[in-house]
Amino acid sequence: MRYALFLGCTIPVRGQNYEMSARKVAEALGIEFVDVPEFSCCGFPAKSVDFMTSLLMSARNMAIAEEKGLDILTLCNACTVTLVEAQEEFRKHPELLEEVNKKLARIGKKYTGKIKVRHFARFLYEEYGVEKLKEHVKRPLENLNLAAHYGCHFIRPSEVYEEFDDPEHPVSLDRLIEATGARSVDYMEKEKCCGGGILGIKEEDALKMTKEKLDEVKKVNADAMISICPFCSIMYEGSQKKIEKLFETEYGIPVLYYPQVLGLAMGFTPEEMGFKLNRVRANKVLEKVGGDEKGRD
Amino acid sequence: MEEVIRVKELDRNFKYQVIKEPGGEALLKCFACGTCTASCPVREVDERFSPRKIIRMTILGMKKEVLENEFIWLCSGCYLCQERCPQDVRITDLMTALRNVAVKEGYIHPSFVAQISFLYRLGRLYEVTEFDNKKRAKLGLPQIQSQPDEIRLLFDETGISKFVEEKE
Repeated sequence: MRYALFLGCTIPVRGQNYEMSARKVAEALGIEFVDVPEFSCCGFPAKSVDFMTSLLMSARNMAIAEEKGLDILTLCNACTVTLVEAQEEFRKHPELLEEVNKKLARIGKKYTGKIKVRHFARFLYEEYGVEKLKEHVKRPLENLNLAAHYGCHFIRPSEVYEEFDDPEHPVSLDRLIEATGARSVDYMEKEKCCGGGILGIKEEDALKMTKEKLDEVKKVNADAMISICPFCSIMYEGSQKKIEKLFETEYGIPVLYYPQVLGLAMGFTPEEMGFKLNRVRANKVLEKVGGDEKGRD
Repeated sequence: MEEVIRVKELDRNFKYQVIKEPGGEALLKCFACGTCTASCPVREVDERFSPRKIIRMTILGMKKEVLENEFIWLCSGCYLCQERCPQDVRITDLMTALRNVAVKEGYIHPSFVAQISFLYRLGRLYEVTEFDNKKRAKLGLPQIQSQPDEIRLLFDETGISKFVEEKE
């Protein structure tokens, strides 16, 4: 199982705990990530300015993976939707792919549409399989109540995701959480957007959107939120202090990346899973599973 | 905005301009039910934003009012409206189409000027500084170097390099 790892822009600088935990967990599961230094941004930010530019950036990245004969696994929801949507556009409009390839010829590249692009979490759920994951769990996180946050682009638009999960009532991440032995709790507004898409346009609106979900997660007393997207985590974790101040409220809700908790359950130490880099301290979570941030049991 | 819509001032070709843009094709299917606005998480926190209203204004031909208004940049891209639209108007994609038209007509949001400039300069949205790479090494993560050359050529090819600030 060899895959090109598509990190995107945000993870290498703002989501190193996600990257560390995903790499370690993958290795232990027998999944080989291949680093591709030539990968650029997926193209997502260019989409609002010029759709063709975004398609070109996506196609360039996918052409590079194709040259190496590797399917792509992603960790960021926005990267996932951008690459997968480009594939869908090319499938629906072959003339568009021709146009893209004419432009890619300038940099000596060509994309033929052969490779598969999937989010790592989707891959774990769909291909690796929840049952097989469970075989790797050495320390079931039995005492934990975790609130799954899917993030919009993991499941929507559903037409580009072959409906591997329901676009409004998804279950995949809940099942993945349960595989660690933890309980995946229900809460209102589970399908809600983090607001990250408009953080740079109107911060106040974006933070209000983020707040709505934090309020709901607080109501059900979850021990932590579980994210699979670096930008969603920036909103819920990175902006949590700011929201507390702005709206005079308190949350203290840790926001953990799925591979971090999977790794804990597989027997990795919190240090190996990058818990030190979590902005909202997860001490209580770690106490509940019988360890601390340094990794002492 | 004036309360009276003056027919003389409407641009009847605007809707066709939007339809020609990728993502805008299904615009005229809209029967104004409002499911999009009712589903919209941005609308919940900011009443200025209403996809239904933007679609109506576009079909009516209120070109200037649509393109110069900040509201076309307020869609967070969550796709809930697109999932629920009974007419398959593909509203999230339509918002992208409107932004692309706005850019062509000279209305680009400053946030995107900044993002495009970063992409041109670095090939990525955030700089991976020497400090970041040192931290990455300590964490056992591989080094990351910017490789923007091919991205610059592609931006020249589509013409969006003209939006880049402070080209080297």
